[in-house]
Parts: sequence; C-alpha cells; structure tokens
Amino acid sequence: MEIKVPDLSLVLLIGASGSGKSTFAKKHFGKYEVVSSDECRGIVSNDENSQSATNEAFDVLRYITGKRLKNGYLTVIDATNVQPESRKGLIQLAREYHTLPVAIVLNIPQRECEDRNAKRPERDFGNHVIRQQKQQLKRSLRGLKREGFRQIYVLNSVEEVDSVTEIGRERLYNDKKDNKGPFDIIGDIHGCYDETLELIKKLGYSVKKVKDDGKNFGIDVTHKEARQIIFVGDLVDRGPDSPAVLKLVMSMVHSKVGICVPGNHDLKLQKKLNGKNVTVNHGLTETLEQLESESPEFIKQVKEFLYSLISHFVFDDGRLVVAHAGLKEEMQGRGSGAVRAFCLYGETTGETDEFGLPVRYNWASEYRGKAKVVYGHTPVPEAEWLNKTIDIDTGCVFGGKLTALRYPEEELVSVPAKKTYCEPAKPFIEEASEQMSHQQEYDDLLNIDDVIGKRIVQTRLRNNITIREENSIAALELMSRFAINPKWLIYLPPTMSPCGTSDLPDFLEHPNQAINYYKKRAVKKVICEEKHMGSRAVLVICKDEDTVLKRFGISDEGIGICYTRTGRNFFNDSKLEKEFLSRVAKALTKSKFWEKHNTDWVCLDAELMPWSAKAQSLIQDQYASVGAAAKNALVEVELVLKKAVDGGIGKAKQPLEQYSNRKTAIAKYTDAYRHYCWDVSSVEDYKLAPFHILATEGKVHVDKDHEWHMENIKELCKADEKIFRVTPYKVIDTQDKESVAEAVDWWLELTKVGGEGMVVKPYEFVATGRDGLLQPAVKCRGSEYLRIIYGPEYDLPENLERLKNRGLSRKRSLALREFALGIEGLERFVKKEPLRRIHESVFGVLALESEEVDPRL
Amino acid sequence: MLLTITTTHSPATDLGYLLHKHPDKFQSVDLPIGKAHIFYPESSEESTTIAVLLDINPIDMVRSGRKVSGTGFSLAQYVNDRPYVASSFMSVALSKAFSTAMNGNCADKPELVDTKLPLQVKLAVLPAPKGGEILIRKLFEPLGYKVKLQRHILDDSFKDWGDSKYFTLELSHTITIKELLSHLYILIPAIDNFKHYFVSQDEINKLLEKGKGWLSTHPEMEQITRRYLINLHSLSREALERLNEGDEPQEAAEEEGSKEKERKETLHQKRLSLVLEQLKKSGAQKVIDLGCGEGKLLRMLLKEKQFSTIAGTDVSYNELTRAKDRLHWDEMAPRQKERISLFQGALTYKDKRMEGYDAAAIVEVIEHLDTNRLLAFERVVFEFANPKTVVLTTPNGEYNVLFEGMDAGSMRHTDHRFEWTRKEFESWANGVGKRNNYTVEFLPVGEIEKKVGPPSQMAVFTYGN
Repeated sequence: MEIKVPDLSLVLLIGASGSGKSTFAKKHFGKYEVVSSDECRGIVSNDENSQSATNEAFDVLRYITGKRLKNGYLTVIDATNVQPESRKGLIQLAREYHTLPVAIVLNIPQRECEDRNAKRPERDFGNHVIRQQKQQLKRSLRGLKREGFRQIYVLNSVEEVDSVTEIGRERLYNDKKDNKGPFDIIGDIHGCYDETLELIKKLGYSVKKVKDDGKNFGIDVTHKEARQIIFVGDLVDRGPDSPAVLKLVMSMVHSKVGICVPGNHDLKLQKKLNGKNVTVNHGLTETLEQLESESPEFIKQVKEFLYSLISHFVFDDGRLVVAHAGLKEEMQGRGSGAVRAFCLYGETTGETDEFGLPVRYNWASEYRGKAKVVYGHTPVPEAEWLNKTIDIDTGCVFGGKLTALRYPEEELVSVPAKKTYCEPAKPFIEEASEQMSHQQEYDDLLNIDDVIGKRIVQTRLRNNITIREENSIAALELMSRFAINPKWLIYLPPTMSPCGTSDLPDFLEHPNQAINYYKKRAVKKVICEEKHMGSRAVLVICKDEDTVLKRFGISDEGIGICYTRTGRNFFNDSKLEKEFLSRVAKALTKSKFWEKHNTDWVCLDAELMPWSAKAQSLIQDQYASVGAAAKNALVEVELVLKKAVDGGIGKAKQPLEQYSNRKTAIAKYTDAYRHYCWDVSSVEDYKLAPFHILATEGKVHVDKDHEWHMENIKELCKADEKIFRVTPYKVIDTQDKESVAEAVDWWLELTKVGGEGMVVKPYEFVATGRDGLLQPAVKCRGSEYLRIIYGPEYDLPENLERLKNRGLSRKRSLALREFALGIEGLERFVKKEPLRRIHESVFGVLALESEEVDPRL
Repeated sequence: MLLTITTTHSPATDLGYLLHKHPDKFQSVDLPIGKAHIFYPESSEESTTIAVLLDINPIDMVRSGRKVSGTGFSLAQYVNDRPYVASSFMSVALSKAFSTAMNGNCADKPELVDTKLPLQVKLAVLPAPKGGEILIRKLFEPLGYKVKLQRHILDDSFKDWGDSKYFTLELSHTITIKELLSHLYILIPAIDNFKHYFVSQDEINKLLEKGKGWLSTHPEMEQITRRYLINLHSLSREALERLNEGDEPQEAAEEEGSKEKERKETLHQKRLSLVLEQLKKSGAQKVIDLGCGEGKLLRMLLKEKQFSTIAGTDVSYNELTRAKDRLHWDEMAPRQKERISLFQGALTYKDKRMEGYDAAAIVEVIEHLDTNRLLAFERVVFEFANPKTVVLTTPNGEYNVLFEGMDAGSMRHTDHRFEWTRKEFESWANGVGKRNNYTVEFLPVGEIEKKVGPPSQMAVFTYGN
C-alpha cells in the first residue's frame, strides 16, 4: 500500500499509546521530519513519560513545528492526537503557515497496544488510559474531514500498517518551478479581445485559424522561440467580448502555449454558472449577456476550465510568482484557503473608501521576498516595479492599455485600449506624483531593520559578506549623524592595501613589490597611476535637477553631490559646493560626456585636492603642531648638547649627532605635508582628479579596463583644465624587466619631488586569480610621504627595520570585501533595485571600515 | 623634551651635590618608555647648568602604554608631539633622576637642602592646550616665579595658520631645589593636561605628596588638580576634598569657568523639568525618550509612578552604555527593569520599536540633523511612531548674542547643524503639525530676555483635533 502526502504538509499521526506511531514515523520519514511529544517531554523535564510536563512539552513541539513549516519543511507530529482539541491547535498551526494538514490514523486493536506497553516498564500508566484513548480515537474518526484534514488515511490493523511500503510526496499544483519560460505575462483583459489579439501578435506570436477540434476553438497560437503566455486572470466582465477571450485563452491553455491563473471576476462567473447566488454587478451582466448566444456545450467547457484554474504558480526555480492580486512571500508555493483568497483579492483592510471600493493594503510595499511577483487586479496608470513586484493591470477596459511583461527580459510591451469600455468607479489615472516612481516614493524612508544587527550581504563579486553586529552599530551612528541623504549614497570606495614591504635597505615601500603582487598571481598587464595626495571624493552628477528627481528621487538638493569616503558631504560651504558641481557638470556637457555614454548622470571616483581643503584642522592640530613642537625643541637640544661637547663631555657627541638627525627628519617631515597644502579661496583652487567612471545609466563600468577609464577621463579633463587634473599613468608588462624598471624610475621621479606615490592596478577592472578576486589596486607610497604616516623619524635605520615587519592580510581581506560591496551597491542602483538594497551595500562598506586595522596601511 | 636648570649660586657647582649628579658625566636613566639623559652643558663656580633630555622613541610609545586618543585622528599614535615636549614623561624623568633631591636629601652638603638658590629654568617645549600663556602665568607666578614665554607659530610657510600651543618657557626664582622640582613635577603635566599612562587613585597620592606645602594654598589649586588628573571628575573631587580637609567648602572660590558650567547645567535641568511636566500633563503612561543620551530624563521618568513603560533610544551606543551605567542597569530591581528598555536607533530610519507610545520626548536632538534629513525625521516620528504627544526642544539661536565669547554666527555646539530663531522653529513645527495632524503649542525654556527670548524653546505636539 502506498500513501501519498503533499510535499509541504503537516502530518498528524493519530493513535493510542502503543499503537506503533514512533516506529511508523521512523520507518517512513526523515530524522528531522518527526517531532515527537515524548521527546519534547524529555527535553523539558528529563522524563519522556512525565505527564505533568505535557503543557510545556507541547509548547516546544508547536514552536519547533512552526519554525519548520515557516521554512517550508514537511513535518510529522508523533503524538497520540486522539482528542479533537489537541488536533485543533495543530491544524491551526498548519493553516497559519499555509500548509495542508494530513491525518494518518493507526487504529490498532486495544489488546495489541496493551501488549506493547507492557513490554515497556517505564510506561506504567495502566490499561485504562489506553482504553480511554481508543474510545476517543473511535469518536474522532468520522469528524476528521470536517476538522479540516485534506487527506485522511486510516490503517485498521497491524497488517495494514506493515503493508505501507512507501509514503510518496506529491508536488503542489502551484509548483511549476521547472518551467523556466521565457514568458510573456499579460495583465487583466476583461473581455478586451481585440487588444489581446493585437498584443499577442506584437509579442511575436502567430495566431492561425485552424479547424475547430472542440478544444482549440479553431485558434492556434504559437511562438517560434517557444515562449509561453501567462494570463494573470480577470479574463471576463465589463469588456466587449468575454466569450472570445475565454475561447482564445482556453485554446492556448489547452495547447500549453498559455498558462492562466484565475481572477476574482473569473471565479464569480464560475459560481454564477454553477447556479450559486452571487450579486450580479461590476460587469458580470455584460458577460452573462454575451454568453447567452453560446452553446450549452461551451458553457460547460467554461465551467470546467474555470474550475481547473490554480490560484497561483511558482516558476523558474522559485524566481517568479504569478497570481492575480499578488502574493506575499510566506504564502508563495503554499496551499490554504487564505492563500487562495489572497491570490484573488489581495490584502484588504476590511474598510471601504469614498468610492465604496474595498481599501486595499499595499502588501507590495512590505515585500522582501526573493521571487519576483507579477500580478494585476488593481488598475494602475503605468506598470512599475516596487520591491520586486509589479502590477501589470493598466486598465485596458477603462480606456488605459493592455500590458505584457516579458520575462526574464523584464521589458514592458503594451497596446492602447481602442476605447473606454467601462467607466471606472474611481479614476485610476491619477496625476503622476512629481515624477517620482513608486519605488522612489516608497524608498523615501529606510527601515532600521534593514541595517541593524548581524547582516549577510550577497554580492556578485564575492558571494556572501558578513557584517558583524558591532560594526553595524558603529556604522549606524556614522551614517545617521554624518552621512549625506542616503538616496545619493550609491557607492563608497574600498580601502586600499599598500604593497608588501621592500627588501631594499632604504625603502619601506617600493614599486617592485606592488607589481610583484600581480605578477605572482599571473596578471600580465598592470596599470600604474600617479597617486594624488588630496582627499578621496565620490561625485554623483546629473545633467539637470529633473534627472536628479527622476533617477535619484531627490528634489531641492542641487544637481549632484561630492562626498567623502565615509559618506559625508565634502563641502561645508554650500555656495562653493554648488559652484564646484556646476563646473564639473559643465565640463561633462562640454566634453559631450552625456551623449557619448548615453546617460544623464554619472558617478565618478576621484581625488580632490588640496589635502588641506578637507583636512585643514587635522593638518594644523596634528601635523603642523608636531612640526612646531619638534623644531623648536630640537633647536634648544642641539644647543645644549653642543655646549656639553664643547665643555669636554665626550659622551654627548653621539647624542648630538643623533638629535641632529632627528632635526633633519623633522624638517623633511614638515616639507612632506607642506606639499599637499595650499590655500583655497575660490573654486579654481580645487583640483579634481577623477580615476574611475564608476557608473552611468544602465551601466557599471567595471567591465572596462583601466585604460578606457583613464582615456575617457582625459577627454573630460580637457574640457576644464582649471579644475581638473589629468592623472598620468603607465601600462606595464609585469613579465618584462625593462617595463617594470620604467615604472620604478617613474615612481622615484614622482616621489622625489614630493609626490605621494602611485597606485598599481590590474589592467582589467575586476581581476581574478586562482584564489578568487584580486586586490583591485595596491598602493606604493613615496618615502617622504610616509613620514606623515609612520612618523617623522620612521626611516631611521633602527625604526625601518622594525616597521618592515607588517602584516597585510587583514587589510587585504577588508579591501576585497569593501570592493565587492561597493560595486554591488552600484550594480543594484543601476538595476533600479529598491534603495534599501543599495543602502545595505553602502552601509556594509561603512560598517567594515569600523573593523580595526593598522591605520598606517 | 628638554629641561635645563641653571644656578648662579656661589659656588654654582653646588648644584651637582644637590642633584646628586656628577658634572663631568653624561648619565642616562631608563624611563618606562625610552630614556632620559642628564648632563651639564656648563659647569663653573659662577654658573652651572644641568640638562634633562628626553629620548623617547615614538615607535616604542605605540607598543606600550596608553594610546594617544581622544582626537579622532587614527594616526595620532604614530604622528604626535610626545617625543618633543615636556609632559608627564618629564615628571617621571625628574623623579627618577633627582629622587634624592626631591626627597630633600643631600648627604654631602645637607645644609643646601633648605637653602634658597637663584635658579633659572628653561623648558623646550611646553604644550599648553586650552589655557596658553594666561594659564602658564597663573600657575607659576603665584609661586613667585618670573615667567618669560616664547610662543611658537605653527608653520612659518603658512603664517595665517597662526600660533601653535607650544611655548619655550623660562622661569627664574630664588627657591630651594626641592620646591622647584615639586612645582615642575606637578605643573608640567597639569599644563600639558595629558598623561602617558593610565590615571588611577595612585595619582592623587602623588599629587598630594608633591604638592605638600604649596598646592592647598595655591589660588589655582582646583584647576591644577583637575588638569593634573586629566579632568577625571571623580578623582578630582576626591583630591580636592583631601586638599580642603578641615576647610569649609568655599563657594566664593568657584572660578568663572565652573560658574558658566553651572549656568548651563541649570538650563538643562530646567529644560528637563519642563519636559517632564509636559509629559505628565499629557496623561501619557507609555513614554519614549528619542535621543536619550546618558539618560538624565530617563532617570527622572523612572521616579514617576504615572509612567508604566519607559523607553530610551539613542544613535550613540556609547551614550546608551553610559545611560545603563547611570541607571545602575545590572542591579536594577526586576519590577523597575520591566518598566524600562533601551535600544540603539536613529531617527531617520523607520523603526517599529518606536511605535505604540503615548508620548515622546525629543530634547535637543533636531539641531544635530542636517536640514535635508528633517523630512525623514518628521515621517519617522510623526507619521510612523505617531505618539499622541511629542515634546520637543531646540536652542533658540536668537539668544546666542547673550553668550559671552561666542562669535556671531557660530553655534553652541560644534555638531549643531542649525540653531533656529523662534520664528524659524515655529514655522517648521507648525508645518509638521499641519502635515501630520498635530496641534502645536510653544513654550519658552529658561528666562525670557528682552528681544531675544528664552535660551531654549519647546514645542508640544498633540495628535488629532
């Protein structure tokens, strides 16, 4: 004998003590699938038979079961379950998680149970208990169906129990995960036959007249690329020709080119045709009139067709869900009355609005699911994505249009209504609200739940990245106290690791190690870019404020922003900021950047000089202060040591030399920071050196090599040489000694005159090696520059020796994670994902930055 | 970094006996970090100078001891002035090198111990943050020193950056060497206001010991104590109590700075009392303090029976930890703990945990938000958290003209993004009320002054009509 249960169900074993439930469960179900009340008694009381622990044991049992069902796992309850009240709670639990309850009754003779229990001395509760349980079971049997069990199996003897060879699992009807499309999903038709036909043809289907075989209604629809059409329901009512629509859809479903989920109107029609008492309004009248001239045979077919419809489907490995009124994540792929009702009517609050229509709760605004949900039901002026959901009912019957969504292309195709067939009760074409999309309006506020606690962010470049709770705690403070409007914040740059320490005696860092990093990892071509010493700046610039509103959902904050690596506004002076941004925008326009890249916004990664512009107080309070203290102290020191030497204290000679060296070091140190300081009184005192064109409309330019970035930026810089600074670079062959020597010479030359050094990057923006992603860049800093990092006297031989022993692995791991997160943020923005998804990535970078790493690296 | 002591006492070479250091030697003593060299740049009957030169390797400093923190500058550990200045390192060096003299011993010439000598001291260089020349003079002159100061500029290539906090200090006085050393031992770190090591109870003993005989009568006793104990409140209080032993606490001795502080305290106290009054008046039982800081208001709320549920939230985790400390969280009675909860939250993120309260207090919070974030704040608080009553305060910018020493256009706190006039505040608050169906009532916080109004302002929002 074979028993079949739905894939996702809650199976209740029902039987008296000693009826063999545990043995049965063990034989037919997996280790974790069975939740046993005895075991739960044991867990809470150390005694599997403790009756006084029953209540607490069942709390545990229900808790475990709830978690399993929530996660979508079949669960078997191994408890006597002989009383209706104990079953009732479990059935409710099954319903709560939209799973189907199944009963398997082990109706074994009482004697058999008694014998078995007698063999187990720990069960000493006496035969009267079993007798009572048997009676309760007997009384229960007839009512099981009414209690809500979808399937009931009763095994009346030991033989019958033993004859069960297998318990099969049935897929739910809504499970079409193995159907991966491609699909064209069509919104609410409401009898608009002409538009439907036009749309289907526009989508590339051929519609042929063929002989009517009684099932195809003389229509044959095919697509040469084997695409399928999914109808989101509401085929009928209100419109001019519901019967023709029905015939078309029924024919297509029959030939498997079509798939259909029911709408509330379709179901109402079905009820009416079956003679049920329904209120005839909302266009049902027209449908019934139109059907009057159809044959009884057709009416019968319609009834059967409508009856056969499944309320929703899950396609493409769970990536796509189609239901008439949409579906919440926890209901997807599940079966219950509540799921069906949701599919048909959506979520309503029970109130009615001023037009007498039910007030709909916008479930999509809280949708967080992984699957994309395509639905209709509520007419909207334009189909628009919101949190991975899209309503494609564009009100054809109300004079709007009929829309299809191509999947997986996510392209919208529509045909306008030929006329207004029906006046809507409520005007569905509302004034577009200031050009912000639904998503942007929804994104106006971020939710704390999307950033706090331990987080795991999935990235394309490096899979899952974990953000620890203490880091998100730190980031929340930084983000909310200091960062700019999160809508601007689509990217934060990663930290950059220095190269390994040099084996040359006088250098802490040297280009050989930077190039070697890539050479060792089989990267043939690298690019060396001069490293400017200013402050890292990210610029988001739009062509105009209109674009800012449309693309970023921001108004009254100018045409763009320039922010620091921690997401703070670069400029404190808003007038200067405005002037600066408009200069950059003008240069973009002048260099024909918008046209060339087919965009109206850009995100640039850049260095903004001078360093003193952003770091003024740091330079004065720290760098210049140290210089002033040291210089003035050492003058005196030298004086007194000289006196001592002159006075004949020989041992003062060596210290004199030592302190003189320190004085020289201090002078060099002061020189080092002075290189990066100049006064800024007007916008032209700023110098901007962009080095990455990170993203433009529809594109994240990580697929381009660095030379592309450099050359395109050079073009832009030419448009305003007063504020832009071109970054010189060299492309180096890591295998070629001469080429490497050229890089080294160049670096020496740059750093000799006070340059910060250079950045070595793989030629390709994203480079991978044997162990995955490679460092996107490695910096190699000049010897003089390093004084302001490691201290004025770092290069005294005894110091240098010790400093060379430094570990880079933490820094490098951090750089990779931040790089992956940064790019992820941009990619999500370009794909127009919800703000919380972009914010998650950016927040992640900021959080990682609070990890402790040697700040000198 | 360098201290020299010169005497013209006759014979000047007596200095060597007193300090117990041979004039022909170049000696070094080990310090916890680095070394100090002691030697004589000149030594004659007419004039003798002894030098104490610190030799501190900045890299050693990183590896041991206390981090140079508090600046928010991550490289401060590596790039800092410590190797080049006179600081607590100098005090340690003095006590190590001249312990005999400091203890008032001189085996060879015991009569010198109590002899007042003409002494000149030079210190290169002395940092005097938050005090400068005035402070240095205030500390040394009452002890009878003649003070000569040279202030150093930050960078001669950038003259408009102005002066640094560093001075080369020259002192002269006729005084015993023991007194001189004890003055320097305490006053150098007090002026520097920083310690390279962890400051504990021990430090009070050092202060009292070295300050014996002069500190308790020094007019700047309080300030010296506070600065020497790097402004650690509890330690300073204890030290001052011990210094004042037997004396009645002198109200009049309170200095200007602490009066200012007190005045601010009372304003904040007034503000909180007014907030509490409004919360009570609203009839609220469940209240939330949005931006609770270290929990002053929470402590007041806990004392009131009316409030059955109290919550505090702040974006700063450190502040919340402090609030827990102040509330004695871990020892709190279970019944009380049931009433109160604390969580980290930001007022620009929608937050379910902020919902369900009858009233919210938002005390001196909004001025810390950029104006373009105010709309998010408004929605989070008024649209979503939606308490029946919101009691909100913010500074009144108009009042700033009455603050002495405040530049026009500057703000009371560096993190303030704005300080509104009464009109600006009212127009914002009325807008919020209109958009979110709240009625607004405005109240002054603190004494109302002519023309400029009260120092702080309050709006009480009540939901519904």
